[in-house]
Amino acid sequence: MSQSTPARVFLKGNEAVCYGAIEAGCRYYFGYPITPQSEIPALMSSELPKHGGQFLQAESEVASINMLLGASACGARAMTSSSSPGISLKQEGISYLAGSELPGLIVNISRSGPGLGGIDASQADYFQAVKGGGHGDYRMIVLAPHSVQEMYDLTMHAFDLSDRYRMPAMLLGDSLVGQMKEAIELRPRPEVELPAKDWIVTGKGGREEQRIVKSLFLGDGELEAHNRHLQAKAQALRANEVMAEEVALEDAELVLVAFGAAARIAKTAVRMAREAGLKVGMLRPITLFPFPEQHLARLAETARRFLCIELNTGQMVEDVRLAVNGRREVHFYGRPPGTGSLPTPEELYEQIRESY
Amino acid sequence: MQTVFERPQSLKDVPSHFCPGCHHGLIHRLVAQNLDRLGLQQQTIGVASVGCSVFLYAYLDVDVIESPHGRAPAVATGAKRVQSDKFVFTYQGDGDLAAIGTSEIIHAANRGEAFSVLFVNNTTYGMTGGQMAPTTLLGQESATSPGGRSAERDGHPIRMAELLAQLDGVAYSTRVAVDSPQHVRQADKAIEKAFRLQRDEGRFAFVEILSTCPTNWGMDPRRANARVAEEMIPCFPLGIFKDTQSQEGNQ
Ligand SMILES: Cc1ncc(C[n+]2csc(CCOP(=O)(O)OP(=O)(O)O)c2C)c(N)n1
Repeated sequence: MSQSTPARVFLKGNEAVCYGAIEAGCRYYFGYPITPQSEIPALMSSELPKHGGQFLQAESEVASINMLLGASACGARAMTSSSSPGISLKQEGISYLAGSELPGLIVNISRSGPGLGGIDASQADYFQAVKGGGHGDYRMIVLAPHSVQEMYDLTMHAFDLSDRYRMPAMLLGDSLVGQMKEAIELRPRPEVELPAKDWIVTGKGGREEQRIVKSLFLGDGELEAHNRHLQAKAQALRANEVMAEEVALEDAELVLVAFGAAARIAKTAVRMAREAGLKVGMLRPITLFPFPEQHLARLAETARRFLCIELNTGQMVEDVRLAVNGRREVHFYGRPPGTGSLPTPEELYEQIRESY
Repeated sequence: MQTVFERPQSLKDVPSHFCPGCHHGLIHRLVAQNLDRLGLQQQTIGVASVGCSVFLYAYLDVDVIESPHGRAPAVATGAKRVQSDKFVFTYQGDGDLAAIGTSEIIHAANRGEAFSVLFVNNTTYGMTGGQMAPTTLLGQESATSPGGRSAERDGHPIRMAELLAQLDGVAYSTRVAVDSPQHVRQADKAIEKAFRLQRDEGRFAFVEILSTCPTNWGMDPRRANARVAEEMIPCFPLGIFKDTQSQEGNQ
């Protein structure tokens, strides 16, 4: 692509992820079918070969994340995508990617659970994504798009962050942003400077030192040092890479906090509140890790109250409470996902009035 | 004086951590000498598994990726697809390949991925302390088969070389042992053949190697070696179960 005037196209969110990935230089896709992300493997299977890449349908989610691990260790930009139950199966591999300091993109077009649950828009995987669904003391980059344009842009951004920090990245979408269609701009890949991949395995090729990609550290103090190094990278992300959208926050007395699909609906409710003369704004975390703690801490100095809205029974609200740190009341409104349980703007407006 | 035996270049000059009489070290040597023989050291990516062999990179002087338990064939698939001009092999134990990783090995073999698999069958989970493996012999005592493996309770030993030979993606599937000088020479040839099939034809080859675990078998190394011939080979016959080259040759 990489044209100077961006193409304007009408795309599904899931399709936008594919074009974003290809524009970002991703050439390897490994996955296993699951609704509601099926457009991603379908489009990748037809598009990647055109760009000299490869699509491979794995025998399972477990295999696909490990194929990504191998491809990443060999230097490729690679991705996998799935939905909640499949992401659970990938957790072992995600932990190994984190432990081995390997980049790679994992797209979760999440659905409702637990168990088989349903395929409706859901934010029930927040804990799993940001608190480390796999074992060990690791963090991963988690980005939460709320529009088709962001599905495209944040996919590219996720690859860059993942390479820069040598850490897996997750794009946490939901069936609403995955399935809806919007007109978007296929912008060219932004110019970014990234560190050279001088660690990938290539076969020694005359090199003196062998290269080893591993996560096992048994020597005295080795693992502690490794974990401290991983945490230092997480700290650097917290310091440098937080992204959040601010909606009508200047004089807001009540601050809504919502991401992804919930934020889309909440935006309309905020507009309704403003039209009714209520001083209501919204903070929409775009990076769920690193979480916009500082934004919230600052808002806690001026706003009276917070209202966290999620498509679950209360997950991100725990992080909002931590950031607000008891200085203000934090209310919560959530609907457990399932068919017919997507809140309406009117419903959220009611909640705003109650919390105001 | 003529040198008749020396350390292969691909094998590092370091002390080994393996238990006395364990065959992993010997098999590492066979791998190294074949990498040397075929001129592959500089272009090799080894994929290490979980188990006693996880330290593959400590002994072989090649680039190595360490993979989660059982997933080496998936990791190797990703690696080889990206660097298709490199030589890739996995090195896996029986717990790794025939239990937790059964799905990954069957599907990588069935796809005919262009890498080689070395499967070290010692009829037990060595590293975790001698539990029952899918390859544990009937009647064999282990930490988790008190009174011996029972077919009714635990099922039968699984024969991976025969099983994989059924798959169209497989070019070569063989079982060898390293309990005697003659068997070691056969194992050497089998590994060479597998490696050649990848290097020259981009084919998937599988070499199962019967080996010992004296510590977990509760035997001295000599007795353990004898057990390979007396008890293992009758259950896991040596031989070539598939060789597409020789079939083509026969036509
Ligand atoms: C997911 C997972 N389950 C279990 C283990 C524990 N574990 C480590 S090594 C091993 C068995 C290895 O046995 P085998 O593959 O036969 O190799 P050996 O040690 O005998 O050479 C197990 C079960 C693990 N590391 N990861």
